[in-house]
Amino acid sequence: MSVQTHIPATAMASRPAAGIHGTKMVARDVKVFYGAKQALKGINLEIQENRVMALIGPSGCGKSTFLRCLNRMNDTIENCRVEGLIALDGEDVYGKNIDAVQLRARVGMVFQKPNPFPKSIYDNIAYGPRIHGIASHRDEMDEIVQTSLQRAGLWNEVKDRLREPGTGLSGGQQQRLCIARAIAVSPEVILMDEPCSALDPIATAHIEELIDELRENYTIVIVTHNMQQAARVSQKTAFFHLGDMVECDDTEEIFTNPRDERTQGYITGRYG
Amino acid sequence: MSNEHIVRSFAHELERLSNLITQMGGVAEAQVDAAVKAVARRDVALAAQVMQADLRIDAYERDIDAEAVRLLALRQPLAQDLREIVSALKIASDLERIGDYASNIAKRSLALAQVPVVRPAVAIPRMGRLVESIMKDVLDAYIERDVQRAIAAWERDEELDDLYTSLFREVLTYMMEDPRNITPCTHLLFMAKNLERIGDHATNIAETIHYLVVGTTLRAARPKNDGSSFAVVEPGGSVMDAVTEAVERGLPRDGGPDNDGAGHAA
Repeated sequence: MSVQTHIPATAMASRPAAGIHGTKMVARDVKVFYGAKQALKGINLEIQENRVMALIGPSGCGKSTFLRCLNRMNDTIENCRVEGLIALDGEDVYGKNIDAVQLRARVGMVFQKPNPFPKSIYDNIAYGPRIHGIASHRDEMDEIVQTSLQRAGLWNEVKDRLREPGTGLSGGQQQRLCIARAIAVSPEVILMDEPCSALDPIATAHIEELIDELRENYTIVIVTHNMQQAARVSQKTAFFHLGDMVECDDTEEIFTNPRDERTQGYITGRYG
Repeated sequence: MSNEHIVRSFAHELERLSNLITQMGGVAEAQVDAAVKAVARRDVALAAQVMQADLRIDAYERDIDAEAVRLLALRQPLAQDLREIVSALKIASDLERIGDYASNIAKRSLALAQVPVVRPAVAIPRMGRLVESIMKDVLDAYIERDVQRAIAAWERDEELDDLYTSLFREVLTYMMEDPRNITPCTHLLFMAKNLERIGDHATNIAETIHYLVVGTTLRAARPKNDGSSFAVVEPGGSVMDAVTEAVERGLPRDGGPDNDGAGHAA
């Protein structure tokens, strides 16, 4: 694995101070290469605090790659090289002083398929706080587990069976368990990579309701193939196409009056 | 980029919806034309036909509403497709109103045919021709998705308002001349108002076309020259002076006599 961080002078100059205009994360001229193949061709994007940003686009357009840059999940991929600047609260996440594990506690992630650990419901939530040394007492840990499950809207369904395995829950419950697990380490940003694609409409509705509630305390970036979902849950939408970020605007604008023909073609299901 | 939908049945359904609007527009246009002819020729049979045919327009509106709601529910349209369906709903409702006004003109023509001809009646065909040509332009603009043409038609509503205001003044003087003119002249006034309202609905459709094609609403204020709301006639007083003065005072220029069910009163 090799990570390059050549930050252009202009990108540094335009780096925003934390908190101003509610910008949580910034991407400047982000390029990603898998070996010789370029997956992202210079992405510029601002992610606003306490809002949901949806990333949409056809398969292979680079949206998941971009999402994984935000908490350096691409570090784990062989031959992957990241260029450009990605900043969290104005600090370069690929900077020397940043520890990738600490970063991922601040920028959590939920995946497409629910992937609870083969442990009890309780231990699924307690795992993160434990390795990060967040809770010092048993009582404290109990509280973290309860709060996390409550925030994920799962508490009432599982409070009487916290010792049962997380894998025994339904798909939708498992996904909410994963969200609770992400919340347990008090992240600032939550990345979601198609979190509902394996769920039925009711479980999906629960997750979408949850996303809307989580927005109060967290900044959320969600990759989805479901246009209606992007329209329902996000305030900003960015359309990716062939490694470029074609258009980013208020969600309402993107879905009623997109500026770019490629966006229009994609969201209305026309040949592009 | 090709404009073809990957799901072809959706494209066909949108096309069908658009065709329904075009057909409904054609019927509404014909209704206005026939209603104005019924007035000009004092043709009672034609007037009855127009009133009867209004049911067809209502049926079109129901069909279009049902189809649009079905598409919204089943296809979850976005962007251009969404605007296409929302526009169809709005245009259908404007056309339905136009149909109602045409029917009301026909109804009043029955009353008008029972009394001797009054001279200002010739203004109705003149207004009618203008309204019809605006409607034709607007409907063609819809078929062609031609924003420029829609805007041009939208601007011509001003001429119609001018015609209406001048007719209004003229009719008032006839009523003052001879009280026996009051009944036919009142019907004429309502007919003229109906035509003026038809013009307003046509401009609504032009605005919808702008939204449909461009994606934004037409920003400029609509031309509105209907000064009849201020027209007063007193023996010896100049109507035009009153109107001009009112306009110069910057009063809002809108409103006027509303429609009612007085079509048969003769």
